[in-house]
Amino acid sequence: MESFWRVLLLQDHNTRVVLGGACLFGAAAGLAGTFLLLRKRSLLGDTLGHATLPGITFAFLMADSFGFSPRSFLWLALGATISGVTGMGAVLMIRKLSHLKDDAALAIVLSVFFGAGIAMLSAIQQLPGGQAAGLERLIYGNPASMTASDAWFVLAASFLVAVICGCLLKEFTLLCFDEAYAMTVGWPVRPLDALLMGLVVLVTIVGLQTVGILLVVALLVIPPAAARFWSDDLRTVTLVASAIGGISAVVGVISSALLPGLPTGALIVLSAALLFGISFLLGKKRGLLMRYFVEREAARRLHREHVLRAIFECAEESDPVVSIDALLAKRPWKKNHLASEVSLLADEGLLTTDPSGSYVQLNGRGDSEARRLVRNHRLWEIYLLTHADVAPSRVDRDADLIEHVLDPRLVQELEDILDDKARERLVPSNPEKLQP
Amino acid sequence: MMWSELDTWIVITGALTAMACAVPGVFLLLNKQSMLGDAISHAVLPGLAIGFLVSGTRDTFPMLLGAALAGVFTGVVSGMIERRGRVEAGASLGVVFCSLFALGLILIRLAADHVDLDPGCVLYGSLELAVIDSARVPRIAWQSGGILVLNLILAGVFFKELQLAAFDPRFAKASGFPAGWLQQGLTVATALTTVVAFESVGSILVIAMLIVPGATAMLLSRSVGGVLLGSLAVALFSAVIGHLSAISIGPVFLSLLTGHGNLGSLSSAGMMAVCAGLIFFTILAMARLTQRFFSRVKEHAVSPQA
Repeated sequence: MESFWRVLLLQDHNTRVVLGGACLFGAAAGLAGTFLLLRKRSLLGDTLGHATLPGITFAFLMADSFGFSPRSFLWLALGATISGVTGMGAVLMIRKLSHLKDDAALAIVLSVFFGAGIAMLSAIQQLPGGQAAGLERLIYGNPASMTASDAWFVLAASFLVAVICGCLLKEFTLLCFDEAYAMTVGWPVRPLDALLMGLVVLVTIVGLQTVGILLVVALLVIPPAAARFWSDDLRTVTLVASAIGGISAVVGVISSALLPGLPTGALIVLSAALLFGISFLLGKKRGLLMRYFVEREAARRLHREHVLRAIFECAEESDPVVSIDALLAKRPWKKNHLASEVSLLADEGLLTTDPSGSYVQLNGRGDSEARRLVRNHRLWEIYLLTHADVAPSRVDRDADLIEHVLDPRLVQELEDILDDKARERLVPSNPEKLQP
Repeated sequence: MMWSELDTWIVITGALTAMACAVPGVFLLLNKQSMLGDAISHAVLPGLAIGFLVSGTRDTFPMLLGAALAGVFTGVVSGMIERRGRVEAGASLGVVFCSLFALGLILIRLAADHVDLDPGCVLYGSLELAVIDSARVPRIAWQSGGILVLNLILAGVFFKELQLAAFDPRFAKASGFPAGWLQQGLTVATALTTVVAFESVGSILVIAMLIVPGATAMLLSRSVGGVLLGSLAVALFSAVIGHLSAISIGPVFLSLLTGHGNLGSLSSAGMMAVCAGLIFFTILAMARLTQRFFSRVKEHAVSPQA
């Protein structure tokens, strides 16, 4: 318990360094990963992470010849960068020179590079002095081994990622959403793409120490995918993804301090997975629960509008007093479903029913509401017939579907588009007073 | 270089494993699901660990069961996230297998207290240790051979169906063909092969054995049967050359390059992946060069008349 508070209150200098470094890495990964996700290249991060292993092991073997300590993180990071970039080049080359699909190119580079890394790792394990232990922390990730200078490196790298993404937000957005357009208007698409991939490489290298080679992709993929459930706005998504990345790193590090012996990188990834699960269910924009409510609400509104329109059309044909049986013949709906909606509308004060409940009549407010709906519907029908080249046989079905997503401003536009003659003939006059 | 009976068994086991992986790998490639192989080989880890934890032994059966379930779980859950959450296919796969892999690492660390199980061994495999066995024919060789035969039989029986599902999934679906079950079957077969292979080559190098032989054969042949045969040949070839280079030129080359003398033999599984990759890139370059050569010859033949 005492250790718990020591960790939570950041009493040790070491804890502060580790937590700060891990949190910054998580945030930077969330940020860069968002663009990777939007470019549909999430799994490139996996290939990139695995492709760093041969570089790390080779740098480790060569360290003595160049006068570096084999434990120097910056020296190993240099090797990781070179082999990671080579791996990406190999993916591009396979894509260019063969008819193999992207996924095959990714899988080939990932596994072959990792194989080379394993072969060199087996050589390192034979070296005297058990030096191979120093590499374990880069494979499984061990933020606890982070020193103050490593944390400064993470800080500088995260700062760089944040500044570049902030300055080039507009450019990266266009690159993700409409690359062809960006190219047409003469933007430097290739350099921008290379810069974005460079940021991903940087994040991957930084992440080696925190979550390790095997799981670095997780923090590039999971936080952005989770953030998409909360917003459709790119700025918000990047912020939420950074927050989720940072929080999962902090939660992972703290829980690993409390559960000694469990791999920290894996705990960080599991925290991120937990946040993903929460976002998947409860996300404000696309979460399952929210979408269920939105869809139920839409279905209810649709039903209400169908009933009002059916009553209006029946009344238009003959008597303003409409029988329930006539309404039932209008659409394939169930009797109790219709009856419950009728009583809801009666509660709203849009119509009156006779005591037996088998006849209904729209009152003043209900009539103008129904008139507005029918008007919109028929305007749309005419628009589709006269302007949108839609086959007449499809119009009714399309109108049913599209009418409900119709923007009121569009209705106004349609009115302007349509000529007066058609309006007089087919469309009831506007029940609302036009504003001067 | 000393060649012992163990070396023979390493080559035989490696070749059988690589060939067993190549068969489902070809169909994963045709379905454009190469990264599903990657995902499954990561995701079976918690299945294995739960198998260990529940049974308390390193028996094969609970491991296979856990891995098959984990493989199907990966396919089903990532499909659900993709459709229900409208997340891009690659990303939803990434979310699922990363989470499962992390869970697997933790479970293995927990299981390691009870069973003799080394996370490093599961991840990178150790062909050299796996073939050391008191029986005349090592258990691992039987297992790899068994799964190879099983995969070949399955591929032979469902050859037409697998081809149809790979080349025209919409037609397959429209004609009432149980494409979903076939996909699940392929997932399960991949997961089972992965588990058998993980003991010898490790869960990550399995991807090399799954995808690289098939991709190499695809550069050379345009018929599915040809690709299947070619992938078996590449798998066999890369296993033999891989082990040979691991015990001969690999360490010598690395010693010269890095200045560390007296390096012993390298990881055979790692070198098998490297050799498969070298074969792939060589054939890619050669295919490209011959293609260029022939197009130039054609140009030459046409131009005088023009």
